[in-house]
Amino acid sequence: MKKLKITPIKNGTVIDHITPGFAVKVLHVLKIPESTSSVVSVAINVKSRIGKKDIVKVENRELDTKEVDKIALIAPKATINIIRDFEVVEKHKVQLPDEIVGIVKCSNPTCISNAKEPVKSRFLLVSDDPPSIKCYYCERETEDIAERII
Amino acid sequence: MDFKNRDVISIKDFSKEEINYILNYTKKMVPYAKGEKHTDILREKILSSLFFEPSTRTRLSFESAMNRLGGRVIGFADPSATSQKKGESLADTIRMADSYADAIVIRHPQEGAARLSTEFAESPVLNAGDGAGQHPTQCLLDLFTIITERKKIKGNKIVLLGDLKYGRTVHSLAYALSLLGAELTFVSPESLKMPKEVINECKEFGVEPSSISNLERAVKDADVLYVTRIQKERFPDAEEYNRVVGMYKVDIDLLKHAKEDLIIMHPLPRVVEIDPEVDKTPYALYFKQAFNGVPVRMALLSLILGGKKL
Ligand SMILES: Nc1ncnc2c1ncn2[C@@H]1O[C@H](COP(=O)(O)OP(=O)(O)O)[C@@H](O)[C@H]1O
Ligand SMILES: [Mg+2]
Ligand SMILES: [Zn+2]
Repeated sequence: MKKLKITPIKNGTVIDHITPGFAVKVLHVLKIPESTSSVVSVAINVKSRIGKKDIVKVENRELDTKEVDKIALIAPKATINIIRDFEVVEKHKVQLPDEIVGIVKCSNPTCISNAKEPVKSRFLLVSDDPPSIKCYYCERETEDIAERII
Repeated sequence: MDFKNRDVISIKDFSKEEINYILNYTKKMVPYAKGEKHTDILREKILSSLFFEPSTRTRLSFESAMNRLGGRVIGFADPSATSQKKGESLADTIRMADSYADAIVIRHPQEGAARLSTEFAESPVLNAGDGAGQHPTQCLLDLFTIITERKKIKGNKIVLLGDLKYGRTVHSLAYALSLLGAELTFVSPESLKMPKEVINECKEFGVEPSSISNLERAVKDADVLYVTRIQKERFPDAEEYNRVVGMYKVDIDLLKHAKEDLIIMHPLPRVVEIDPEVDKTPYALYFKQAFNGVPVRMALLSLILGGKKL
């Protein structure tokens, strides 16, 4: 039997290898608990082979890609594990797309994307890890991405 | 090379070859810009000129450029008279202007406004300055000015002086000068230094810009001294502002250290950073630089609107 730090779940999603200390931000990005009535468990500073990590376990919910993209902005090394009937049936590393649309608000207060215009925020990927993105409109790099998730 | 219907939003949208092509074509426009030759290659064309923020040089030179090519200009110079005041979105204003004209020029106080406009216009959009963002036609006219005086950009020692942090023109200029192989020196007060991202961009083109605080030393072997305005609002108190302005003032005294053929440029308006005494010296190129806005904008308008080649 595998030794699991947190109790196994039957169905759901395990977000593993979250940058230590960022689990709470991941929850915020996923709008947990507001958006779900699932049982969610969080483990912070779990020892792993390569230092520490955080883990989030969401029962009875399989995350969709858009949510996964958002996580990549704050936890670039995270893996998403889909659990069905206690087994990991799908596993992938979060990956930022080249364009991030409608997820982050530009940090530049005078950027036109922050005005009342009929457009979504749009960013181009500058680098993956640590994540760095540049506004398509004002061309500025946005700081504190975690705080600017819409 | 095909420029027909291209938007002109940021200098970074253009390759080195395209920039050189535009600058070469600009040379042909000079006698027309001066009124020595006449043409009406854009006779049937209308330019919509939307200035959501006041401007003198940019607006007048765009209008002059369109008129010199035989085209017409509609638009506004004062946003207080427009429906934006009534809360209309920029997107809607652009849709309307698009249906009234063949190309749109926009100056707007918010960064990204020109890029956004391209999403709501079929016609090409030319960015005439978006807040602290891009001002590509200024960049092109600066490059053109250097080329007309120094034959080429490559290998020239160019000093950028003043507010390098917030200055709208210096960031894209530093980028374009690096792309074209100039040697760069940045001179600015400590609190107004060139941002790291811009320096990194220069390095990507193999340019290692040096940053020094002593203006005299920087001017010594410079070919071009590009001066920008230092705004009072950037400083916590008048005393600090006065100290910095005094330190970086370009006057006759400073020019004793300069090479004979140094050229001094400034995007204007100039306030106190260049002593009016300098205007009379052969170094002063800023008024000619301002004139160059006309042929550069003529070249762009005619390429984008598909005018017959001159
Ligand atoms: N049934 C389950 N319930 C809860 N967590 C699980 C379950 N199965 C696996 N996990 C967790 O999901 C993550 C990925 O599991 P696994 O693929 O076995 O390990 P790893 O990715 O470390 O090789 C690990 O953090 C593991 O503890
Ligand atoms: Mg593991
Ligand atoms: Zn922006």
